[in-house]
Amino acid sequence: MNTKVNLAGVELKNPVMEGSGTFGSGAEYSEFVDLNKLGAVVTKGVANVPWPGNPTPRIAETASGMLNAIGLQNPGIDVLIQRDIPFLKQFDTKIIVNVCGKTTEDYLEVVERLGDQPVDLLEINISCPNVKEGGIAFGQNPKAVEEITKAVKKVAKQPVIMKLSPNVTDITEMAKAAEAGGADVLSLINTLTGMKIDIYKQDFALANKTGGLSGPAIKPVAVRMVYQVANAVKIPIIGMGGIQTGEDAMEFILAGATAVAVGTANFNNPFATEQVAAGIESYMRQMGVDDIKDLIGKVK
Amino acid sequence: MQEKECKMVRVISQKQLASDVYSLWLNVGDMVKHTKPGQFVSVYSKDGSRMLPRPISICEVAKATKAIRLVYRVVGEGTEEFSKLVSEDTVKIMGPLGNGYTLSDKKAILVAGGIGIPPMLQLAKELKKVEKTIVLGYKDSQTFLKDELERYGKVIVATEDGSVGVKGNVLDAIREEGIEGEVIYSCGPTPMLRALKVYAEEKGIEAQISLEEKMACGIGACLACVCQSKDVDEHSHVHNKRICKDGPVFDAREVEL
Repeated sequence: MNTKVNLAGVELKNPVMEGSGTFGSGAEYSEFVDLNKLGAVVTKGVANVPWPGNPTPRIAETASGMLNAIGLQNPGIDVLIQRDIPFLKQFDTKIIVNVCGKTTEDYLEVVERLGDQPVDLLEINISCPNVKEGGIAFGQNPKAVEEITKAVKKVAKQPVIMKLSPNVTDITEMAKAAEAGGADVLSLINTLTGMKIDIYKQDFALANKTGGLSGPAIKPVAVRMVYQVANAVKIPIIGMGGIQTGEDAMEFILAGATAVAVGTANFNNPFATEQVAAGIESYMRQMGVDDIKDLIGKVK
Repeated sequence: MQEKECKMVRVISQKQLASDVYSLWLNVGDMVKHTKPGQFVSVYSKDGSRMLPRPISICEVAKATKAIRLVYRVVGEGTEEFSKLVSEDTVKIMGPLGNGYTLSDKKAILVAGGIGIPPMLQLAKELKKVEKTIVLGYKDSQTFLKDELERYGKVIVATEDGSVGVKGNVLDAIREEGIEGEVIYSCGPTPMLRALKVYAEEKGIEAQISLEEKMACGIGACLACVCQSKDVDEHSHVHNKRICKDGPVFDAREVEL
C-alpha cells in the first residue's frame, strides 16, 4: 500500500500532519505520539521576536468545537532554531515551520533566517484572526495575498505553503491570488472568527472578545472550501478543519486535499494524529485502494 | 519522562459531599506511582460535542489499591456528566499533570477555599510529621472534607455566612486566630491567592499557590492557560508561565496576580 504524497517536491510518508498551534513543536505530544509515524510536524507560528500573546481567558469550549484567541504567543525564531528544530530532527518526519508576522518585513526576516535550516516547507500564516496587526490583515484581500506571497517566495529557500482564512466572501479568490504570487502549496482552513458570551458573568468568554472557531463544528465548511479551492487552482492543498478520524481525513482527500492536518482533536485525544494516519490505511484496505494518490480529488 | 498516561479507567465509587460537590474514586493503575499532591488530571467527556478535558485536582492517592480520588464541583455540563458516573463505569483521564507542591519540614499553614480544598487532603497526609494548621474557607455550613482533614492537623474554618467558625474569609481566620507558620501551601480562588501573596510577602514567608485557568491540551503545548510570571519563562521567552505544565503550583513571588 502506498500512502506517500508529494507536496512541491517534498515526499511525505503519509498525508497526516497536525495543525499549527495545537501541538507546540511536538515535544509535549511526543510523550503520546510516535512522531516518526506522521507525514510532517508543523510548528506553532513563529515570529522574528518573542510574542507574549493575548490576555486570558484565551479559550472557550463551544458545541463540537472551541474558540481560541491565544494571540500567537511564541518564543521567536532564535529559540525555534536553537531548540525546536534540533528536537524535530531526531525524528523521521518532515518539518514544516509556520511563520507569522506583523509586517511584511517580519515575515521575510523569519523566512530568511530559516534559509539554511533543515526545514522542509514553510507555512505562511496570513490568516490568524486573533492578532490586531499582520495575520489576517494579509489574508482578506487578494492583492495583499499575492504581494505577500511574491515577497516571501523571493527570499524563501524552501517551498512555500500559504495558509488561507475562511473569513472571506470567496476563498477561491485568495487561493488564486496566492497561486499567482507563486505559492507552492495552500493550506486551509484556518479558524472561523466567532464569539461566546458568558451569560452569568454578562461578559465575553474570551478576553480578546472574539476568537477562532475550530473543531468538528467547522468540518463541513472546511470540506466545502477545500473542494472549491481544489477546483480553482493547480497547486496541492493541505486540508484541515475538524478532522478527528481517518474517515474525516478521507472526506478532505476525496474533496481534493493532498495532505491533511489534525488540530483541535489533539486536545480531545492526544493520539489523534497517529490514529488518523492508521485510519486512512484501514480505509484504503477496506476500499481495496493501493495508492492514496488515486483518491485525491476523486469526488468531482 | 514517560510517566503521563491517557487511558480509560474504572470508577470504584462516587459519593455526593455537598449540594454540588462530588467525590469520585478511580482505579488508575500504575498512574498512582508518579502522583504528587497538588497535581491534577484531565477528565474527558463521553459526549463528542464536548471536546476539551476538564482539569480536576487530585484529592487523595491510595497507592496500595492503585486508586485516586477526585473531589470536584459541578459547574457545567461536563462535570454534571461526571457526577452521574457510578461504580464499574469507565471514564477517560490523562495524568498525572502539572508539578505539584514542593514539600518541606517547615512549620506549615495549609490554606484553601471552596473547591480549592480537595488537594489539601493528600498534601496534609504527606506532611504527616510536619507541624501544621489547616485553614479552610467555605461559603456556608456545607463544610466538605473538613472532618477528613481534621485527622491530619488542627483545622480552622471560615465561612462567608458565619454559620461555622470565623465569619469572613481565610485571611480573617489566619489573623483572628493568630496562626503562624514558615510556609503556606494554598489553593483557591484568585482573589484569595492574591491576598495570601501579599500576606506572605508582609510576613516574609514562602507561599506555594496553585492557580487555575481554562485549559485545552493540559500538557503545555497549546499555551491557553498562561499566567503572568515575574521572570522570563523557559518555553516562550516572554513572561508567561504555563499553568498546566510549569504549574499549577507556583511560588507566589514568581507570579503576578
